[in-house]
Amino acid sequence: MKALFSSIYSWADERLGLEDLVQFAKHKTVPVHSQAFWYYWGGLSLFFFVIQCVTGVLLLLYYRPGPDAYDSVRQITYDTNFGWLVRSVHSWAANLMIAAIFVHMFSVYFMKAYRKPREFGWWSGMALLGMAMVFGFSGYLLPMDDLAYFATKVGMEIFAAVPGIGPKLADLVRGGPDVSEYTVHRFFALHVVVLPAVFVPMLGFHLWLVQRHGNAEPPSEEAKPEAQRQSESFFPNFMMKDFAMWLVAFNVLSVLAFMFPWNLGPQADALKPAPLGIHPEWYFMSQFQILKVFGDWFPGKLGEILGIVAFTAGLMLWLLIPLYDLAQEAGRRARRATYFGLFTLVALIGTTIWAYLVL
Amino acid sequence: MSKAMDKNNTLDAGGVSRQTFLRVALGGVGVVYAAGLAYPVYRYVASPVEKAAKESAVTEVTLKDAQKLAPGSALMFRFGSKPSLLIHHDDGTWTALTAVCTHLGCTVHYEEDKKRIHCACHGGVYDPKTGGNVSGPPPKPLKRYEVKVTDVAVIVSRNPQGA
Repeated sequence: MKALFSSIYSWADERLGLEDLVQFAKHKTVPVHSQAFWYYWGGLSLFFFVIQCVTGVLLLLYYRPGPDAYDSVRQITYDTNFGWLVRSVHSWAANLMIAAIFVHMFSVYFMKAYRKPREFGWWSGMALLGMAMVFGFSGYLLPMDDLAYFATKVGMEIFAAVPGIGPKLADLVRGGPDVSEYTVHRFFALHVVVLPAVFVPMLGFHLWLVQRHGNAEPPSEEAKPEAQRQSESFFPNFMMKDFAMWLVAFNVLSVLAFMFPWNLGPQADALKPAPLGIHPEWYFMSQFQILKVFGDWFPGKLGEILGIVAFTAGLMLWLLIPLYDLAQEAGRRARRATYFGLFTLVALIGTTIWAYLVL
Repeated sequence: MSKAMDKNNTLDAGGVSRQTFLRVALGGVGVVYAAGLAYPVYRYVASPVEKAAKESAVTEVTLKDAQKLAPGSALMFRFGSKPSLLIHHDDGTWTALTAVCTHLGCTVHYEEDKKRIHCACHGGVYDPKTGGNVSGPPPKPLKRYEVKVTDVAVIVSRNPQGA
């Protein structure tokens, strides 16, 4: 039996070079230090993405975009065995995935893992976060209940406020001047075909870079002499811990999905007034609030444009951090980047809380 | 393996080592966990199958106004989820049958001019009165239902003998 297995293995190895992979896995190590807890959050984001793929395909079995959208989601939620659970897991995992990506991003930022040679890891990660948010925005509309309808309407108005091409672009994305069944079809195509087709290769690139460069060590570890740094093997030690984290994450997800099943509101109706307290998902609340505040400070079009400019400028600074935070050691320049990160974190959380308070 | 672990692996009075016990217990938990995951997914995917089974559990279908069907003609209806055929013969008698060919499951058709039931897929032919397989590949006759004609409807019911 063993001989048979090893002869099959060597047959495949000769053709696929499996031994290279085995050697790579054997020698791959992960640093061990006081901040190593944050190494799990990229894997957790990946885990939630896998959950999204599986539950997304399950929802595709019954979901019908277009004029039937609301009815099909109603059937999934109330008529299909465990349909409420599948939908609830999909919605909860979407939110947990974005939360995990945010934690991952800030831990990468504060550990300064964006520095040479990991700039592309930072950029591809930011692209993945951006796409995850578009995933969220497009998926939010698909049930076509009143909350989804009006939140998308408001979101598209912000999009339309971009000077110049904004209104035309918004019409094209919506498939008309209003959110309608055309919009559902477009968002559906975006959500299940276009985004996955771009997201998955980008994710592959991101993961390949991690294999190529390994886990980054924070400056406090870099300051130590080589002999004092510790590490453990990826396979099987770190991988088992990774799986343990996934198990914890899955249990948290299950409890949330069971205890707080995702709601389905009444069917969207353009002729009905918007429900009170209409707002986007939590990960858009900060932008939402910044635009609102600028609108209050500078009345009219000016406020909208200034808000968008301020937000875009901040985002550019954030994106380009690997290019101007060049210090390899924890010097003054590097500390400035940390202050910028803290400011961003506080600003994001602060404006988000503010947005919920004034809702 | 360290010495301490070796000690833990020694047999206790019951004859089961701690390692074996742990392995079996963890494996059991894993199986229960996987089953708890698989069960809702299976039920979710199987939902339409269960629904169809529930539908085909009907024993009687009332076809409103079907009594007006002209002699020598036929109509299609659904008995549960199954396509079925109601024929009003020239002599005034009625026949109701499943319209699913016993060969490979195509829907059969009543040919009014030739007074026969024909399957277009592979040329199977059935007797319109009995449902018997007359020629071609069908291995079995079509199943017949009982027919009751009233003033306002035709009532088709499952044959109690299951013929």
